[in-house]
Amino acid sequence: MALPKYTEPHYRIWHYVYIFICTCVFFFLIAPLFVIFPLSFNAEEFLSFSEGMKNLDPDAFSLRWYKDMIYGTKNPWGLAAKNSFIIAIFATLGSVLLGTVAALGLSSRHMPYKGLIMATLISPMIVPLIISGVAIFFFMAKAGLAATHTGIVLAHIILGTPFVVITVTATLSGFDHSVTRAASSLGSDPVNTFMKITLPLILPGVISGGLFAFVTSFDEVVVVLFLAGLENTTIPIQMWTGLREQLSPTILAVATCLIILSTLILVTAELLRRRSERLRGINR
Amino acid sequence: MSSETGKILTTDGIPLEVSLKKAERKNKIKAFLLVAPLLLFLLITYIFPIGDMLMRSVDDKMVTEMLPKTFKSMEKWDGNEMPPEEVFEAFYLDFQKLVEEKRDGKLSTQLNYTKNGFKSILKKLRRKAKNFEEGNYKDQIMAVHKRWADVEYWRAIKRRAPAFTSAKYLKGMDMYKNEEGEIVSVEEDRRIHRVLWLRTLEIAFFVTLLCFLMAYPIAHLLATLPMKYSNLLMICVLLPFWTSLLVRTASWMILLQQQGVVNDFFVMIGLVADDNRPEMMYNKTGTYVAMTQILLPFMVLPLYSVMKTISPSLMRAGKSLGGTPFVTFWKVYFPLTIPGIGAGCLLVFILAIGYYITPALVGGASGTLISNQIAFHMKSTLDWSFASAMGLMLLAGVLAIYWVYNKLVGIDNIKLG
Repeated sequence: MALPKYTEPHYRIWHYVYIFICTCVFFFLIAPLFVIFPLSFNAEEFLSFSEGMKNLDPDAFSLRWYKDMIYGTKNPWGLAAKNSFIIAIFATLGSVLLGTVAALGLSSRHMPYKGLIMATLISPMIVPLIISGVAIFFFMAKAGLAATHTGIVLAHIILGTPFVVITVTATLSGFDHSVTRAASSLGSDPVNTFMKITLPLILPGVISGGLFAFVTSFDEVVVVLFLAGLENTTIPIQMWTGLREQLSPTILAVATCLIILSTLILVTAELLRRRSERLRGINR
Repeated sequence: MSSETGKILTTDGIPLEVSLKKAERKNKIKAFLLVAPLLLFLLITYIFPIGDMLMRSVDDKMVTEMLPKTFKSMEKWDGNEMPPEEVFEAFYLDFQKLVEEKRDGKLSTQLNYTKNGFKSILKKLRRKAKNFEEGNYKDQIMAVHKRWADVEYWRAIKRRAPAFTSAKYLKGMDMYKNEEGEIVSVEEDRRIHRVLWLRTLEIAFFVTLLCFLMAYPIAHLLATLPMKYSNLLMICVLLPFWTSLLVRTASWMILLQQQGVVNDFFVMIGLVADDNRPEMMYNKTGTYVAMTQILLPFMVLPLYSVMKTISPSLMRAGKSLGGTPFVTFWKVYFPLTIPGIGAGCLLVFILAIGYYITPALVGGASGTLISNQIAFHMKSTLDWSFASAMGLMLLAGVLAIYWVYNKLVGIDNIKLG
């Protein structure tokens, strides 16, 4: 953003002020995440930088908390991680299945009451989580599914589908329906057409919706707090308990792992988005 | 039009109009069948349970079912003078049955909600009722305690006759129905819920404002920079967006604690004394700072997607027509970004008003919101009907905002990432 030579001085000053403000905001956004990295390698039990760390003394750093995270006897992180992944994977599969099929129906121009149905389908995203939590808890308690994996998976399907519906509907909005008609005119049955023609074209949207659903489930704590028993503990529940009771550096080791995971998901999502835009012929 | 040309027939001899309608109906059913599984699933597991919350929040059948005979006999009583003998007899019979089933404790708790002082006189009645003789229950009950001879207490029982109540909603607004049935506010120093509602609105409003002020410049920068730089900077927005909420809250807890990084920095530059470190967490400050950072991406993304569509030639045209950069910005650029501002602000406001996790962790007592109160009643006091009522009041507010959002931007225009 180079300024032209003829810029007047006060606009020049304003421009630098503007760049400075932007830098501050970017710093505010991203810096808190980077505090966690060095502190998770702290050799001591404090959550602030020790003198040794400030002087970059190698003895002040250790992998102690990572070892504690993996081998610690009292730590339920292993069980929590296992539960989190199982629940998130099943919730993602369910959300993607239900959400994609619904999005196919919603983007048909024959769909009756489109606005009302769309509003209903994405309502779990708009309704505050605490209210969703209460409502879903009442249902699961009645259905006898409280404190079961099934109950939590179903709850996360509810919360995850809106993301799939939105991303797949968006992908389908640029979809050329003449290709499916061409397939049917060549004698393909609807299921075959969907598997061979439609699905490969909308796949980036489906996967990025799935990523949203996965992250929603993997990160969800409010509803799980109502539903989970001791057996169903998840990573977010453990973090919540840890942050409430005592902030131990082990949590920071877990948090570092989660940041790495979210970076991977971010990169995947971005690559998919670009691929999807290329496929749909949107050039910017 | 003559009838021969008006009715074009298909090859089967059916009029085209009929055939077309049939095909359209078939398509409609097909589209609906695709949506049906998800719709049905959500209706059963989500929408109906919200309806169930509504039922719970107004449900008051408990007392109605505990004193069926009493309420039946009270129907004829106008409530001006002491009730007739038959009411006393019915009450005695109902009460004896409850004592047998060991449910009289529940009754006394419930009646004590309506009027203070029921607990002790019911206990006394239980003791004395064992030795009651048949007939003339009115005098026997009135002799147990002088409050049983007070018509106010009988009116209080009668007030619990309806199976539905608005009491939980009134309690959520710090109001109640007094003896005359008027709706009045509780004493000023006991209005805890109003304070919470106002604080929730205040925090949601200021967080939205702060997010807007911070997001506007960076969204503008991202939209105007060349692609290769803006993609890099976009990561700064998207990484927090994809990172776990609890991780981000944890990082703020580390930064804001008294021995934390921010305080260390303040001491280092000499802003505060080492022994006088300000408390930045477990109060409103913590809630503001953490919520603003966490919700900032939700403001940046809609603003960015709108700004991206504004052609830079518009600004150049404005300048070439003699506008100074500030005037061109204010008269040309800013009005074009209003849809993005509307979308971002409403999204952040809706999210902020229902926030639970972050305020619970960094908010302390003065930084918690209405959601925390709902969770408290769900998990600690187990007053689920009150939690439901508060939840539905919050939901009504959110739906109103959602409706405005839908009118202004359209829900189909929500953009993710």
